[in-house]
Amino acid sequence: MLTATGATKRFGNFIAVDRVDFAVSRNEAVGIVGPNGAGKTTLLNLLAGTYPLSAGSVSLDGLDVSRTDAAARCRMGIGRSHQVPRPFVDMTVFENVFVAASSGGSCTRAEGYKASIASLDLCGMLSNANRTAATLGLLDRKRLELARALATNPKVLLLDEIGAGLTDAEASELVTIILQLRATGITIVWIEHILHVLLQVIDRLVCMDSGVVIAQGKPEEALAHPAVIEAYLGSGVA
Amino acid sequence: MTDAVWVRRWSSVSIITIVGLAGIIAILAFGPLFLGSYWTSRLTTLFIYIILAVMWNALAGYAGLVSVGQQAFFGLGAYVVIRLSDAGMPVYPAIALAPVIIAVLALVLSPLALRLRGGEFAIGMWVFAELAHLLVNLDSLIQGETGRSLIALSAFAPDVRRANNYWFALGAMTIFLALVFVLLRSRMGASVQAIRDNEEAAASVGVRVMATKRTIFVLAAAGCAAAGALTLSTLITFQPKTFFSVQWTAYMIFMTLVGGLGTFEGPIIGAIVFFIVESLFGSSGVWYLIALGASALVFSLWIPRGIWGTITARSGIQLMPIGYRLLFRK
Repeated sequence: MLTATGATKRFGNFIAVDRVDFAVSRNEAVGIVGPNGAGKTTLLNLLAGTYPLSAGSVSLDGLDVSRTDAAARCRMGIGRSHQVPRPFVDMTVFENVFVAASSGGSCTRAEGYKASIASLDLCGMLSNANRTAATLGLLDRKRLELARALATNPKVLLLDEIGAGLTDAEASELVTIILQLRATGITIVWIEHILHVLLQVIDRLVCMDSGVVIAQGKPEEALAHPAVIEAYLGSGVA
Repeated sequence: MTDAVWVRRWSSVSIITIVGLAGIIAILAFGPLFLGSYWTSRLTTLFIYIILAVMWNALAGYAGLVSVGQQAFFGLGAYVVIRLSDAGMPVYPAIALAPVIIAVLALVLSPLALRLRGGEFAIGMWVFAELAHLLVNLDSLIQGETGRSLIALSAFAPDVRRANNYWFALGAMTIFLALVFVLLRSRMGASVQAIRDNEEAAASVGVRVMATKRTIFVLAAAGCAAAGALTLSTLITFQPKTFFSVQWTAYMIFMTLVGGLGTFEGPIIGAIVFFIVESLFGSSGVWYLIALGASALVFSLWIPRGIWGTITARSGIQLMPIGYRLLFRK
């Protein structure tokens, strides 16, 4: 449903993402791994429309969205969370989520209330609804980031290292939430360094290095690929 | 579980506030009948200050668009009245039309101005104000800094003029307060604040960033233009360097910071404080300005939330029903 063809992003002379073909089908959950600087987040930004493509194209449900900006793509059904949460700090938790529901989710007021309350409930943030977002700790900020993306009523959710900086116990709380999302039929693309967390959710793994996809397939097969071992552990090990 | 949760916007406090405000405005509407000439013209000035403060706060406090060039719209609003009057339009219709014309101008300017961010926007607006000042100076009708009087006003007896100015200022203040209130209560109100807090994140949850900013920018321009046109009706003479002075924006910033940036009530309180200080010490010349600067400094260093911002942070009181509160059935 969400497809990138020959997606390329250059920053000056540096090619962050180099002619990547990437596709995720409906109800699938795909993980993306790779060393720092492999181009994972840049690829996510190209899918979400945060950066314009240098070359290539992105399409959603067969519709070319290459020139569509991030806000419009969100309204079309591409939700995302950021690696470092970006709450609207001077607004309450509820208002943070309500903005997402009424803008990205194109909800009426009443629908927006309902969607916001449901997203907060699912992410375990309902009891924090009236707090100002600035007062939240990291785990709650991650939960809010997730609830906000969810309130936009996405067909596909792009998650950028939602587990980063969390303890194992905290990360597994988020896994529980994401598994629930999957059950509701949301397609997931998830960048994550913490493999054992990722493997609890995903069907397919994509490994990137230096801006290109070096292996993909079933998680255990992709991880056993010589190029992946080399990228992670250095040459000569495989 | 979610059945036991609902959203509350109106509280008994906010109902009392709105009814109270409406009552105060209704009483003020009879002002010229009992106030006498001094207070009629002083309150006209206060209404104009409230418009200015509320507009700057909508722009900076809610949309995060800090402008030091709002005197551009203030000056242009007055200038448009001079021009319309010269073209034969009656004075008060011209004053009512000026903000509309400036709103259109702001709409045309917005794609350029809103491309600038943060400090660039602030300075860019100042540059625009200087440019507008210079261009107006070139108009032969204005004769450079000699300026021009709104001659058509002399057709009104002083008492009638004073009362008309008062009613126009009160009407404009009411309209602009209502517009800001409606806008902040609407879903766009939440979007505006999201943009202020994090523009990229706002876009990533689907907020139409440009269209939303443009709405506030145009509204603030129209409000400042109305204030400029009304100020002209009280001063009668249009002198470019008075009307395009950065002092107007400095006043707006002062009132908003003292009252409480990013709160609805703050700029109104700030305007009243400024008005009282000016009434008491305005004749003391340089010392008045020094005291004004010093108190702005004191506020920004030790009371950064302003008067109302501090009160609402300590007590949690929300007078205006523009936020959202989730309630849980126990």
